[in-house]
Amino acid sequence: MIRLIPRIENSNAMILLSPLLALTFTVITAYFIFVSILVDIEVSSVFYTLFVEPLTDSYYISELLVKAAPLMIIALGLSIGFRAGVWNIGAEGQYVIGGIAGSAVGLYFYDVEGFWIIPLMAIAGILGGMFYASIAAFLKTKYQVNEILVTLMLTYVAVLFLSAMLQGPLRNPSGFNFPESRIFHDSALLPIIWQGTRVHIGLIIAILFSFVAWFGIKRHMSGMQIKITGSAPRAAKFAGFDDNKTVWFSLLISGGLAGLAGLFEAAGPAGQLTPGLPQFYGFTAIIVAFLARLHPLGILFSASLIALTYVGGENVQIDYDLPSSITQILQGMLLFYFLACDILIKYKVVLFKTIR
Amino acid sequence: MNESLLIDIIIGISIASVPLIFAAIGELVVERSGVLNLGVEGMMIVGALLGFVVQFHTGSPFVAVLAALLGGMAIASIFAFLTQFLLTNQVATGLALTLFGLGFSAFVGRGYTEETIQLITSIHIPMLSDIPIIGPMLFSYNPLVYLAFFMVYLVWWFLFKTKQGLILRSIGDNHDAAHAIGHNVIRYRVMAILFGGAMAGIGGAFLSLVQVPIWGEDMTAGRGWIALGLVVFSSWQPFRVILGAIIFGGITILQLHAQGFDIRISAQYLSMLPYLATIIILVSLRMRAKNKTNRTMPNCLGRIFHSTT
Amino acid sequence: MSNIRLTSILKLSLLSAVLAFTSNVFADPVKAAFVYIGPTGDHGWTFAHDQGAKYVKEHMGDDVVITTVESVAENSDSERTITSLARKNDIIFTTSFGYMNPTIKVAKRYPDVKFEHATGYMLADNVSVYSARFYEGRHIIGKLAGKMTKSNVIGYIASFPIPEVIRGINAAYLAAKSVNPDIQIKIVWVYTWYDPGKEADAANALIAQGADIIMQHTDSTAAMTVAEETEGVYAFGQASDMGEWGPTSQLTGIIDDWGPYYLSRVQAVKDGTWTSTDTFDGIAEGMVEFAPMANMPKDLASWAERTINAIGNGYIHPFTGPINKQDGSPWLAEGETPPAYPDLLTMDFYVEGIDSKYPN
Repeated sequence: MIRLIPRIENSNAMILLSPLLALTFTVITAYFIFVSILVDIEVSSVFYTLFVEPLTDSYYISELLVKAAPLMIIALGLSIGFRAGVWNIGAEGQYVIGGIAGSAVGLYFYDVEGFWIIPLMAIAGILGGMFYASIAAFLKTKYQVNEILVTLMLTYVAVLFLSAMLQGPLRNPSGFNFPESRIFHDSALLPIIWQGTRVHIGLIIAILFSFVAWFGIKRHMSGMQIKITGSAPRAAKFAGFDDNKTVWFSLLISGGLAGLAGLFEAAGPAGQLTPGLPQFYGFTAIIVAFLARLHPLGILFSASLIALTYVGGENVQIDYDLPSSITQILQGMLLFYFLACDILIKYKVVLFKTIR
Repeated sequence: MNESLLIDIIIGISIASVPLIFAAIGELVVERSGVLNLGVEGMMIVGALLGFVVQFHTGSPFVAVLAALLGGMAIASIFAFLTQFLLTNQVATGLALTLFGLGFSAFVGRGYTEETIQLITSIHIPMLSDIPIIGPMLFSYNPLVYLAFFMVYLVWWFLFKTKQGLILRSIGDNHDAAHAIGHNVIRYRVMAILFGGAMAGIGGAFLSLVQVPIWGEDMTAGRGWIALGLVVFSSWQPFRVILGAIIFGGITILQLHAQGFDIRISAQYLSMLPYLATIIILVSLRMRAKNKTNRTMPNCLGRIFHSTT
Repeated sequence: MSNIRLTSILKLSLLSAVLAFTSNVFADPVKAAFVYIGPTGDHGWTFAHDQGAKYVKEHMGDDVVITTVESVAENSDSERTITSLARKNDIIFTTSFGYMNPTIKVAKRYPDVKFEHATGYMLADNVSVYSARFYEGRHIIGKLAGKMTKSNVIGYIASFPIPEVIRGINAAYLAAKSVNPDIQIKIVWVYTWYDPGKEADAANALIAQGADIIMQHTDSTAAMTVAEETEGVYAFGQASDMGEWGPTSQLTGIIDDWGPYYLSRVQAVKDGTWTSTDTFDGIAEGMVEFAPMANMPKDLASWAERTINAIGNGYIHPFTGPINKQDGSPWLAEGETPPAYPDLLTMDFYVEGIDSKYPN
């Protein structure tokens, strides 16, 4: 019989090992599943295309970074909330609203040139996301309504709102009446940091934020407050920490960052506001945050890993005619195994002989 | 608006509410035991897929529904194992379950997008089905519809009229005390989670076996998430799940009809109604429930139970 | 060496050289790629494009290598998919409007690759656009609907309020009205191209509101199956023949026949004659075709066939004045037909007689 014995102190070896273990288990399980379902395809070359090939090609590396940036930004915001036990599951909605708000600013000044336009758009994106998240914060602090449901329901509303905006006020007047905005003019497009690719300044911002968050959590009092509140809600109350302030702070930060990511997507790789803005970054970022164990620097890596599976997964789709759902299966499995292996940090697995 | 249109609308609403009722009543039991399973959408879509595939291959609706039920339970068991034995974070595990379920069903289902199946047909009760108005409205549905309402009653009876139900509820409210008394917290929770999976599976199968005989990725279209909202809306009281499902299913259907009536609000804003309504109802319930203790959520909802053996 | 032998060796060398040269010219097959917005299993829009791709393969055999990618979302990711294809292909067909900006961007970076964008409007030296005069098809089904309906209500499941969809609604309504002055049209916007559940719900709602003919501008067979289950309700196949899902309810279907167009474009790449074009073909050119007439009286079927020919020969134009806009303002004078641009290509109004509020 297998038993879990609590360790005296967390195993440091396991903190580093468990993600690798999880990845290994995922690859092995996926290998067996695919081998049994995909009878006429060389599964090992599928894995190569998925995990390795993108890293050998500078174009795909650049695309990986393009996809990783929004994941990093959103996950950073979410991780702060998660530590505090505030579950912003609807970051996707805040991302959309932020994208709309920032884009609206850019479109409003479509015939104006100026270096100040992009920062203004970014601020609008942050404020948009913050505003949207504040609805959930208000409902939670005033009426104890669960933020998971509120943010989730609001996500659907946000996507519909995007559609309404693109049919109406934000639609390109000379665009044959298709539900898309004008293509952003040069002052409204994010500067590219890697010439010839789509890698934009958002990546630098993401990396910067992760260091800021890291220092913030380590040093600042409220960071510690958040740490405690997350693991044991009762403990935080007893110690006199303000629950309400924590909720507001967590939701505003995660909402603001999600909104910023939305603007970055519209003003970066997309270059316009379209119905395709929502790409589930808000949900994938939750996985990214967990895979990094909510650690700001870890998020840089987990976001890159997940981005790799997206880029690799697309190539698998093109080369082997396999559906894109392959990526989702892998991500789901990765998270399962990661959560499972995490237990090894706190507990030791021991085999007991049952005594008769 | 004539009478037969009204009947059609009522029938449409009843049918739209069924998958929600199944999924929500299952999750209600899970949450009553103190566990939050966000993987409902994943379990539903797996049920939809299995129901479709098995029906396609066997032509037997009974076997198909059974397969969906077992499939829902099977992937729920992953969640149960992780959260109850490996003590993983419930929110993360539930999300992983949804992701995995969506990916898995899309993957397996890709070979079936061109196929159609025989839908489950409505029953015809001699005499009762033929009563004008009441007949089609109450007595002419397919068996799963009646099953859904029956399950609600069954869950109510279990939770409030049986000893095991009482124990389950006490576990949801205070798992440490229940454990101290000697109840097997883990066992009850695992059973609840499996039940939730079974119900979500049937709910999903309803979509692919009754509504439209085609398989499509994401055909659950967010109903699993709505079901989670319905559980809260119902204040964890079984019969209220029906009310919530009807309101939600109703608004979804009415929005389409409203367009036909040419109500002058654009379709996107009409489509927002079900989601906004859920939030509004949640808030109004909270505003009224401040003093009623039996209307609050199970105290231990979402908290990890650490047995101290 | 004897002279004869030398001659033979020379002949052989010459022959080998010629063979080597010609086999080099014909050795490399043309590589064509297709980007689809949905699954080929939709048996609608994407299915029709895939049939077109298959047609090319059938006619060119080993001279072409075809790659298809399904369910590519219309967002910034599509740029990456198109780029991946551009690295390895000579011509790429992007089969949905939402790929427009990504197609143009990739085309800029790969000037030697040819791009064909469906239903778009942005051209470039290496980008063509193409679309079909589907509204000619709507004219036919509109007239059939007008004649076959008993309740005088047509139910229309519409996806997004873009010009192509509006053209379809207007053309269907005008055609139905021309044979049945009492006809009414009810429109439900589902805001999706492919969602079987929603399409079925919309069909049911329309039927409950009295429609006995269902038209759709969405991609799945769901509405057809609903029509099949309901007594006395007929429907039309959209983009493909959906008769398999509606043996007793499909009257006919508008079939998008992309094959010949695709073949000519791929062939042009092979022959080096490809140039950027703007194609808007219809019945006359064979791009719009019809499923066999069914479930209707024989004389009606013949009449429909004759009407199809009339459109093909230019005797009938689905938009022929006098037609006013929904608000009463005049659009076309007696006998006048509209230019493709801007009237048809940017159409954003209902014609007079349609009761519904124009979306937005």
